[in-house]
Parts: sequence; C-alpha cells; structure tokens
Amino acid sequence: MSVRVALHSRSFLERGLLLLVILIFLEGTVLTLGAASSPDISAQDNTGGHDHLDDHRGIAGSHVHPNYTKKAFPVLSLDYHHIQVPFEISLWVLLASLMKLGFHLIPQLSSIVPESCLLIVVGLLVGGLIKLAGEEVPPVLDSNLFFLCLLPPIILDAGYFLPIRPFMENIGTILMFAVVGTLWNAFFVGGLLYAVCQIEGTYLSQVELLPCLLFGSIISAVDPVAVLAVFEEIHINELLHILVFGESLLNDAVTVVLYHLFEEYSGAGEVTPMDVVLGVICFLIVSLGGIAVGAIYGILAAFTSRFTSHTRVIEPLFVFVYSYMAYLSAEMFHLSGIMALIACGAVMRPYVEANISHKSHTTVKYFLKMWSSVSETLIFIFLGVATVAGPHAWNWTFVSVTVILCLVSRVIGVVGLTFIINKFRIVKLTTKDQFIVAYGGLRGAIAFSLGYLLDKNLFPMRTMFLTAIITEIFFTVFVQGMTIKPLVDLLAVKKKQEAKRSINEEIHTQFLDHLLTGIEDICGHYGHHHWKDKLNRFNKKYIKKCLIAGERYKEPQLIAFYHKMEFKQAIELVESGGGVKLPSAVPSQVSMQNIQPKKLPPPVAERALPQFTKGREEEIRKILRSNLQKTRQRLRSYNRHTLVADPFEDGWNDFILKKQRLIELEKKVRLMSNYLTVPGATPDSPTMCRARLASDPNAFYNIKASSDGVPTIQVDLASPQSPDSVNMLNEFSKRGATGQGLGQREGADRDEDQGLMMKPAGKGEKGEEEGGNKNPGLMRCLSDPGPSNEDEEDEPFLP
Amino acid sequence: MGTLQSLSDEPEYRELAEKTGFSFEQIGILHKRFKQLSHNENTLRRADLDTIPDLACNPIRTQIIEAFFDKRNFHQNGDGTVEEISFEEFLVVMSHFRPPALNMTEEQREKVRREKLRFLFNMHNTDNDGTITLEEYRHVVEELLSRSGALGKETAKGIADAAMLEVASISMGHMEPDEFYEGITFEHFLKILKDIEIETRMNIRFLNMDTTTLCNTGLPSRE
Repeated sequence: MSVRVALHSRSFLERGLLLLVILIFLEGTVLTLGAASSPDISAQDNTGGHDHLDDHRGIAGSHVHPNYTKKAFPVLSLDYHHIQVPFEISLWVLLASLMKLGFHLIPQLSSIVPESCLLIVVGLLVGGLIKLAGEEVPPVLDSNLFFLCLLPPIILDAGYFLPIRPFMENIGTILMFAVVGTLWNAFFVGGLLYAVCQIEGTYLSQVELLPCLLFGSIISAVDPVAVLAVFEEIHINELLHILVFGESLLNDAVTVVLYHLFEEYSGAGEVTPMDVVLGVICFLIVSLGGIAVGAIYGILAAFTSRFTSHTRVIEPLFVFVYSYMAYLSAEMFHLSGIMALIACGAVMRPYVEANISHKSHTTVKYFLKMWSSVSETLIFIFLGVATVAGPHAWNWTFVSVTVILCLVSRVIGVVGLTFIINKFRIVKLTTKDQFIVAYGGLRGAIAFSLGYLLDKNLFPMRTMFLTAIITEIFFTVFVQGMTIKPLVDLLAVKKKQEAKRSINEEIHTQFLDHLLTGIEDICGHYGHHHWKDKLNRFNKKYIKKCLIAGERYKEPQLIAFYHKMEFKQAIELVESGGGVKLPSAVPSQVSMQNIQPKKLPPPVAERALPQFTKGREEEIRKILRSNLQKTRQRLRSYNRHTLVADPFEDGWNDFILKKQRLIELEKKVRLMSNYLTVPGATPDSPTMCRARLASDPNAFYNIKASSDGVPTIQVDLASPQSPDSVNMLNEFSKRGATGQGLGQREGADRDEDQGLMMKPAGKGEKGEEEGGNKNPGLMRCLSDPGPSNEDEEDEPFLP
Repeated sequence: MGTLQSLSDEPEYRELAEKTGFSFEQIGILHKRFKQLSHNENTLRRADLDTIPDLACNPIRTQIIEAFFDKRNFHQNGDGTVEEISFEEFLVVMSHFRPPALNMTEEQREKVRREKLRFLFNMHNTDNDGTITLEEYRHVVEELLSRSGALGKETAKGIADAAMLEVASISMGHMEPDEFYEGITFEHFLKILKDIEIETRMNIRFLNMDTTTLCNTGLPSRE
C-alpha cells in the first residue's frame, strides 16, 4: 500500500516536473514564434536573409561600406532566423513526445479518455496560449505538410504490418464497405445537405449542389489515423479491426476521385453522365494504378534487399525510402498514395524479412512505430491548434445537420451493406459486429486537410465547411472515441485473443489449407482455396527465387515459422530470464522422455558423459563465466563498421546444414541418466530442448530440485571439426532455483551480467556466442570431447 | 439445369438433405460431380480420386483420399476402411465441410466444432487406437513437408517432437520422468486447437449453381 502511495507521489512529482518543462517549452515556442515574425520582416527589407549575411561577410573583405561604423567584435550573438525552421519543427516534435510521455504517467486518465482526445485538447491549449500571447497562430496543419510528411509514416506502418491473411479473407467485405459505403455516404450526406440548404429559413441557399456533394465526399471518408488511434486501445477481435481499418485504408481511392471530380466541376456547375463514366474509369485507374505503383516499388525493394548481406547497416533505409518514393510517385500522378503505400509494404514484407538481418528487422519495426507514433501525436495536436486558428464561420443548421446526417448515413449504410454481404459470407456479421463497424467510423485529419485544400475563390463557403468538418471530427473523436470502449465491454464484443501462436496451431493451419484445397478439387470447383494455393505455388516457384537471397527460398513456411518461433522464444527467455518475471507457462514437467517411446539404451560404447562433483562444477562455472565476460567486454567497443560483421547472420545456411549433421551426431550420444539435468533419453535435438524451454523454463528449476540440486554441465561429444556444435546445456546460477540463471546470450547487446549465461541447447541460431569464434581458448575448452574422470581432478578445465 | 435431376430423385434427396444438411441444389451438383468422378457408376473408388489432376500437387492427398474411405467418417459408428463408397457416404464426408448456420446456439456451435475436429483427428489417427502417437504425428508433419525434399525429413521430426511436447505440456501438466505420454487423445486435441476457430475455418463454399462444367476435370477413363 505504501509502495503505491510512494509511486503515486513520485509520479506526481514527475508529472509536475514534466509540466514545468512543458510550460517552459511552450513559452519558448510562443516567444520564438513571436521573434520569428520580426526578423522575417526585416529580412524581407534586406531582400532576404541570405543577402543580409552576405552583406556582413562582404564587409570584412574588400571595401569599406560608406555608412559602416565600427562596433565591438560580437563575441556572442543571437541569430534565431538562421535555425528557425528546424528549431520550430523540433520543438513541436518534442512537445508531442513529451505529451505522450505525460499521458502515460497518469494511468487513470489514459484509461478513460483515448489519447487522441487528450492530444487535441493539448493542441487547443497550445493554440490558445499562442493566441493569448498575442501572436498569430501558425497554420500548422498545412496540407502539404500533412500529406507529404505526417501521413506517410502512419500508413506505411499500417501497411507493413498489415495482417495479410485476415485482410485477404475479408477483402470482399472490406471493398464493399470502402467503395459502396463511402459512395453512399457521400451522396446521402451531400444530397440531403443540399436539400436542407434549400429550405427557406436557413439563409444557406447560396450553397449549390456540387459544393454540397464535394463536402459530402470529404466528410464521408473514414479516417485511418483516427481509427488506428482509437481501435488500438480497445483491443477488439481481429475481424472487426481489419474490417474497419481496411475500409479506412481502401476508401482513399474513392475519396480522391470524388474530391477531384466535384472540385473540377464545381466551377462548371454541372456534371454530365459522360463525366460520371469518366469518373468511374478514373476510380479504376486511381486504385489499380496506386496498387501497381506500390507493388513495383515493393518488388524493387525486395530485390534490392537480396544483395544487402554485406551492408547490413543501411538495410532499413531501403525499406523506408522505397516506400516513400512509392507514395510520392503515386501522388505525382494523382493516384491513391495510401493504396500505393499499403501495396508496397505488403508486397515487400515477406521477401525483405527473409533477407534482412534480425537487427535490421528490429530497426525497421521500431523506426516505423516511432515515426508513426510521433506523426499521429503531431496530427492531433495540430488539429487542436488549427481549430483555435480558425477562421470559423459557425452556422448552427449546417453543422448540426452535418453531424446528424453523418451518423444516420453511416448506420444505414452499414446495415444495408451487411444485409447484402452476409449472403456471400461464410461467417456472417452479427448485429453486434455491425454496430461496432458503424460506430467505429471515425473522421479525422484527412477530412480537414482536404477541406483546407479548397480554393477560397471557388468555394466562398469554405470556412463554413471547415467549421463543420472540425465539429464532425471533434464529435466522432471525442464522443464516439470515448464511448466505444465502454460500449465494447457492455456489449461483450469478442476481444482480441492474445494467445501466442503455437506449433500445433501452425501445423494445423497449414494442414487445413491443404485439406480444404483438396476437398475443393474433389468437389470440382475452383474456390478461393484453390486460387490461394495456386498463388502460393507460383510464389514459391518463381518469385521467391528472384527475391530471396541465398538458399533460404526453399525453406517451406512451416519450417521458417518454426525457426522464427524458436528464436523468438530464445530472445524472450533472455529478456525474462534475467528478471524476476517468469513466463506464464503452465508449470509442466513434461520432457522428451515422456513422449519418446521407450527404447533400450544403446550399448555403452561411447564415452560416458562426465558427472562433475559440486566443487568442480563451481570452478568450471567460474572459469566459463570469466571467459564469457571477457568476450563480452571485447565486443563492447564496436563501431558502426563492426556492427556489420556478424558472421552468424550470414552463416545461416551453413548453420542449418550443420544442425542436420549435429542431429545425426546426437543420435549417437544416447545415454543420459534421468538424474542428469537434461531429462530425456537423448541429448535431444536442440529443437527439443528449446521447445521444452519454451513450454516452461521452470521445468529446469524443478527438476533441479529433484536431483539434489546438483547442477551439471553437459558437454556434447562434438566432433572436433565442428567446434561450434557445443551442446552446453543447463547451467545454473547459484542465485537460487527461482528467478534467474536461465538465459541465452544473444549477441553482443546483452550487457547485463546475469551471472552465467548459458546456452540451453547448443546450436542457438543467432544466440550462438560470438565469443565462440573470437575466443579460441574458450572454443577449445568447449569443444573438448570431455576429459576422463582422472584428468578432471588434476588439471584446470581450461588448457 | 441441375434441378431437373433433383425432381426425379426427390424423396431420396430429401432424406439425404435431412441427414447432411445440404440443400437440394447442392446435393444435385455434388451428385453430378460424383457421377463424373465415378464414370457414371454408383460407387467411387480410390483410383477415381487419384486421377484428379489438381490433387496431384497436394502434399496430403493420400490422407485426404483415405478420409473418404474411412468408415469412421460415415457417422455410423463403423470402423476400418472400405474399398468403394456410395453417393450417400460421399455426401456425409463432404458434410463435414459445411459452414455452420448463422443462428446457432453456443452448444450447437460446440457440437459442430467437435464434429469437425473429430474428422481431423481421424485423419491423423490412422490406426484407430484413440490417440495420435508420436509416430503418427511425425508422419503428418513429414507429409506436410514432403515437398521440400531432403531438408524436410529431420526438421519434420524435430517439429513433430516439439509439437508433441507442447501438447503434453498443455494437457498433462506435471509428469514424472518415467511416465509415458501415449499420445494425443481426442480431448487433448480439442484443447490445443481451441484457439483456431475451426467451425469458421474448416469450410468450403458449396455451390448452389452448377458451374462444374466450367472446370477442367480431365479425368481419364477408368480402365
């Protein structure tokens, strides 16, 4: 209890400090923005700051300026103008990040109010402060800035990590909602709004049909940023998430076409059927073209990544740059940039991930998450600031009718479409699902930016539109965003399952795929499994060969999954094995011997494995520990270039072959009494040990207890030619049976000294000690085929 | 259209429809396919299914074909395999892949899930001893990976072993070092696969309209 109080007070303290820092920055922003306006004017008088500086420089050299009076040499001078733009950008980013930090320090707040709302409020505050300080609020949500800088990271993040399987399975539904739903919304809202405007009492009769339809199309699109922001916090099941999210991504094409169509023809005042036909064709081109552009860049990126094995440092850069270029290229042709980004990310991901190193993969993931997170925060803050900036033209009728109509049209649209869609779906959408889909249709900054882009001359009611758009955004984000979480709980909508993918599930998923394809073939009709299977085979046969480096393309999915899983579990162990937190596996003590059919122990022709006494093993441990530490220290001082030299990344294929050999070798080593730490009739294949570990590291601790707490080290009788085929199993730290001691070293980045790190099963993939290669002394000792008992007593273990 | 045929066999179809849950049109189309596969005979043999060209590249085709001739899937509490099957039995096996109806209660859904999982279980449990042993599981994984050549064999074993271990850990919890886990029983099988929503995934779309003529069946004659 007291701990909690202490924590609370500490967090309050921190919060207070943060607020102080934030206030200082705010003041700084205001001041700098204020200061910004003056040098601007003076700079303009001097025909640009550039010349201004040149002036000064020129003075020192040649002639004496007639009016120049000598001043003291400026030891310290302030030149804000020089760094103004980057400085302001950094200030905003810093503000956004500090805000994000701050919210998470107050858990109660972030559980009631979604982050997006809080950020908008902050934006409002900042805008208000700036206005109070008398300065003009900068037009921060500039459309160029938004579309070219703030939006792409979010979309790329979404596209790269898009769960392809559920997306493709529901693609029909998603497309229906995205295309037909958005069209319906646009026309319903636009049309009815026009009708309302024509009513006498509203003084709005100057608003014509086409601008209304344009407004309808701007406001009807579900916004991916807002949806992401809110849905991320409510953890609903995958189906609903992908439906709403997919819809928000794919409706971009419709929005782009409608927007351009109505914008073009608002001047002319009418739209002929010909234009409609052209519009439809334009839609097809925009969407398919966007996807094509994205796919091309994706393939380029995949192809490039095939050759990056020697320059691993810049691998992430390719992912980002190619994707951004895809976006820009699509925008250049007025195609759908969002769809291009999604296509690029989705296409390149499987191949790039097979090619790049694990570190690069982590880098890509973290950079994407970081950028998208900052972007999202900035967007919401800017929305708040832009609201304060105005200009506004509030019209009760227009605004309220907009909000109501949007809601109504969304509900009708979803219900109607679901009715049709359910006829074609195997898994029907229930009413609850429909409600969530309808309620989750949030509007966001894209609508605002599109409205901002409108030409003031063509659309005199632009300010009124903007006000209405902002009101709608606020309504959806605040009201719907805040209430969706309790509603989800109230309606008991199925939540996302956090279960980890297990091997069995993976096996059966694959099995099911093949089974269903087979049944379809027997039935004789080419259903969706058949085509999926054909695509997979085509992919494997031709595409993977081109795009994946080395021999890895032959690796079937199940095996790749299996290795990946093992690797992930190994890393998890490292991360959790050092700490007190234990993975919540079922405390099982099932081991290999329990499932292997009982076999007679093979004849004891091989050398007996050494069984060490307690004292001896303490010594061994000390020696090993010191050696491992030395290796770690050696690696600590690396620079950018040594980062590249990671032999284990490249030795992947050799490793696999070696592993095969090792497995065969292990078959020879068959005797292990049950009391040795590693249970099992065989010093199991490394995969087995890892699997056991995976299911429960506790297993080791408990079995420890049963064997009188005598930890033993098993040294594999590896053949001398494969020095790295060490099967150094269980190693215990004397820190106790619970909590620590089990971990697997992973690369050089593990700087914690967790007692002794061991490798639970020899051939850890990348977990193999780099020390292995770098420290020949250690190598020798580890590959020592096991001293006989007599030698043990006399000589130190390490030669 | 296909409905002409169903009119003449109506009483028979009605019985089948009740038994398996297919609609009349679906039964008609499947009957047509059956006749096509069996070359207009009344019974279907393994060889007929073997000759479907699309099935040739399926890694688990042997097991799929076997499933059709496995009496356990006929819902008659039978055992063992048969050499040929009639249309009714064909339909019963196919009915395992029917999607569940929209408005089902929780227990009906559970029942459907059990039935589908039982089908899968039977496919793995070839010796019909009520459990999937390690050998049988290894065989399953090997078949799945059979297309990947030599690389698959040892890894398949490793994967199967790991999977088995996982099942044992989840189902059995604590086991003494000398206890032996015989194999995956049906209950354990249910447990480990409860996260895959089988009732929504193990379905194919059965057609209500006849499009079989559009597909290339290319079956050679029986002889």
